[in-house]
Amino acid sequence: MNPSNERIRSLHHEYLAALRKERRVIRVWQVALLIAFFAVWEAASHFRWVDPLLFSSPSAIGKLFIEKIGDYSLLTHTWATLFETMLGFIIGTVGGALIGALLWWFPRLAKTLDPYLVVFNAMPKVALGPILIVALGPGFTSIIAMGVVIAIIITTIVVYASFQEVDPNYLKVLRTFGATRYQCFKEAVLPASFPAIISTLKVNVGLAWVGVITGEFLVSKQGLGYLIIYGFQVFNFTLVLMSLLIVAVLSTLMYQLVAMIEKKWSNRR
Amino acid sequence: MFLVIDRLSHTYFTKTTAVTALAEVSLSVEKGEFVSFLGPSGCGKTTLLSIIAGLIQPTEGKVFIEGEPLWAQETSAKAARRAAGSDLSTRGAVGYMLQQDYLFPWKTIEENILLGLKITGTLTAETKERALALLAEIGLDGVESYYPSQLSGGMRQRAALVRTLATDPKLLLLDEPFSALDQQTKLKLEELVWKTLKQYEKTAVLVTHDIEEAIAMSDRIFLFSRRPGRLVRTFIIPDELRHCPPFAARQHPTFSPLFQSIWKEMEALESV
Repeated sequence: MNPSNERIRSLHHEYLAALRKERRVIRVWQVALLIAFFAVWEAASHFRWVDPLLFSSPSAIGKLFIEKIGDYSLLTHTWATLFETMLGFIIGTVGGALIGALLWWFPRLAKTLDPYLVVFNAMPKVALGPILIVALGPGFTSIIAMGVVIAIIITTIVVYASFQEVDPNYLKVLRTFGATRYQCFKEAVLPASFPAIISTLKVNVGLAWVGVITGEFLVSKQGLGYLIIYGFQVFNFTLVLMSLLIVAVLSTLMYQLVAMIEKKWSNRR
Repeated sequence: MFLVIDRLSHTYFTKTTAVTALAEVSLSVEKGEFVSFLGPSGCGKTTLLSIIAGLIQPTEGKVFIEGEPLWAQETSAKAARRAAGSDLSTRGAVGYMLQQDYLFPWKTIEENILLGLKITGTLTAETKERALALLAEIGLDGVESYYPSQLSGGMRQRAALVRTLATDPKLLLLDEPFSALDQQTKLKLEELVWKTLKQYEKTAVLVTHDIEEAIAMSDRIFLFSRRPGRLVRTFIIPDELRHCPPFAARQHPTFSPLFQSIWKEMEALESV
């Protein structure tokens, strides 16, 4: 009994060690890929394999980054974009969930609005940009509205669909107790749909960024989207690529934050 | 008579069909009695149960619980209130147990068993204590803070029983509550439900397609035919079986002959 036990324990130990080793190998490769990418880029630019005017170089971007941090202009632009994205994300998600709830509450309303939702969902929302700017003025309001418009329709559709997919037997349990429609919603429909709502959060992070960057392209006042379009127009691709890198880092961070919230929520189950 | 069903018919409508699930069903149940609705699948027994529970309005016929009509001649205002689910008169009068436990996975066992009290607005320190005592009595003490996924199938169905009994319903409707369980758990749970209901002197209606289960648990068996569901025969369980708990009843010498006669009757229905 004992020796075999010990053998199993040592085998388990080996298995865990192998898992850890695999994880380490993957991590090393990931970092190596990142370093290689920037190294090849730098070398390509330095030896003129590519045109440095168009593709810049990591060192030039780094220099520009430090310079722009120094005169605070980058911080202002980054903050503007981040603020608009977060607001667009929150309004889009909460608004979509509220409209989804409204549709669940009034089935006739849902049936009536169905074709309009299909049209809005199919339409490329960025095409609304000019109208939004005319209606809301060329400022951050219309940029936030862009983020909201892109996120809100798909949230409405996903949330409403998940409300409808709730197992009717949970509602049956509640109805045998004589539950009101509000009680059914609060006790069964909403909590059962929480995973779906959380998963729309992840999608909406990406959508809000699309909306806000496009909005800044059009409004062209400030923000990372503005820096990208401005850099393009004055042929400063170092500025374009630096802004792109910042957008990549920030959107990833925001996505990870939402993923953490999701994990926390699903652990509570 | 505690529960009276008078010439009840129900037809389901779809775009292309009208299926009559129940036809002219009349029966009555006495207070404290345990009856079974036995029949093949598709005989409308679950429909009948849903009508008694007030979940479906029948196309024709009446249901009375303690002399109070359940659906008949409702004023439109009352119908609207019921549709909104706010008709207080039927709240907590019936308890319904489904084929599966349908405990809410996002609630703890304690929150689950108190759900009915919360919905009916009768959650007080006293009723809460009673529900928790019932949970302990049924052999589930110490699991209050667990989530349903942490419990076995039998434990979950027992917790569902507590949830149903917590509101102290006058009438219990059991919709094949043992059908999803393994044989051993099922026998134990039948025993537990039978004893609990006898102890609290509850009136109960069990829907099942299991002849043995019907004989072991009930005082009377109503046999239904397939679509449209009609009441074809009533079997009265002899006293010596009816006073035995289910497990002992299965061992009783009169069990097997009764099983044979119900079996033959069901076979005859199938061949029609």
